[in-house]
Amino acid sequence: MTDETPSLARPSSERELFVVFTLLALQGFGGVLAVAQRVLCEQKRWLTREQFVEVLAFGQVLPGPNVCNVALMVGDRFFGWRGAFAALAGMMTVPLVIVLAITVAYSQYASNAIVAGALKGMGAVAAGLIVGTALKLTSALRVSPMGIPACAVLLVSAFVAVAILRWPLVWVLLGLGTVACLLAWRRLRAGSESAAESG
Amino acid sequence: MPPSVDLLALFGHFLLLSLLAIGGAITVVPDMHRVMVGEMGLLSDAQFNASIAIAQASPGPNVLFVAVMGYQAAGLAGAAATLAGIMLPSTTLALAAARWSHARRDWRGVRAFKAGMAPIVIALMFATGWILTAQTPGWRHVLLTVAAAILVWRTRLHLLVMIAVGAIVGGLGWV
Repeated sequence: MTDETPSLARPSSERELFVVFTLLALQGFGGVLAVAQRVLCEQKRWLTREQFVEVLAFGQVLPGPNVCNVALMVGDRFFGWRGAFAALAGMMTVPLVIVLAITVAYSQYASNAIVAGALKGMGAVAAGLIVGTALKLTSALRVSPMGIPACAVLLVSAFVAVAILRWPLVWVLLGLGTVACLLAWRRLRAGSESAAESG
Repeated sequence: MPPSVDLLALFGHFLLLSLLAIGGAITVVPDMHRVMVGEMGLLSDAQFNASIAIAQASPGPNVLFVAVMGYQAAGLAGAAATLAGIMLPSTTLALAAARWSHARRDWRGVRAFKAGMAPIVIALMFATGWILTAQTPGWRHVLLTVAAAILVWRTRLHLLVMIAVGAIVGGLGWV
């Protein structure tokens, strides 16, 4: 059993990891997750949607910025710690220079109505990118050993807890996360081993 | 750089916050506010809020708002102190955890974790979109968000094209 699918590609070098993550980060206004999914799964085909969700699961549960954790883990998967460092450096270096330059310029344009309006419009689109990516990733749940109805219940409960009730994330991850992992544990024992691998 | 800024204390505080930042650095913003605006008095409220807004409007990971705060407090040295502090512990832990789990990827516990967390991870993305949208009132704003979501889901339109359209529409005052 392996989690490498034959049709997937892989980066040729640490340099390619650095360049791809730099370009990916530079497209990410208001969050990099949507771009990361599109570039890693669809353009580069380094990961399947299922693998992307798996990596993201670790990125979410561990402390630290999700997308940076994703970069680290993807880089490490291909080239060990050198790859992890290359991917993370790609994600951070050029954007850091840009954000500091914008900070210096910001004071001059902060009160400009056009700039403020443009930022608002970009923010609205950025929210849409996250939602659209989430819609796309729901297809990864079709191969879940928990089955689609249980996944749907967990998904809606987690959404309501975080978005509507505004419960602290730690408690949602500990509470619902534990329930979900126990359920998956039981279903895996129940003999649906093949269902987890068919994706 | 004001000579009074204790960079080591700043670095130490962000080191501590790093391991508490489950769900990203944005989740520990209240504590950053308590220390940087309150205890240490390095930033004004306006500077603090602008740091987050600037990072969100810039390309790249949102965690860079931490560097903007450090920069506004103490220049480049401040940015290095806050960013290194927030990143070092969490990246070390993430790398160790990734290796541990990859070496044991056939274990039932690891597989159960991945399968169990998948719907919750996707729900958190929906929740992020919801919270970002709910912050700003007005139906045209929501319409723009919904349109972008459908385009990402159903088409291969370049993401930067959508962001650019959002900037133009917003700049013209339509949202």
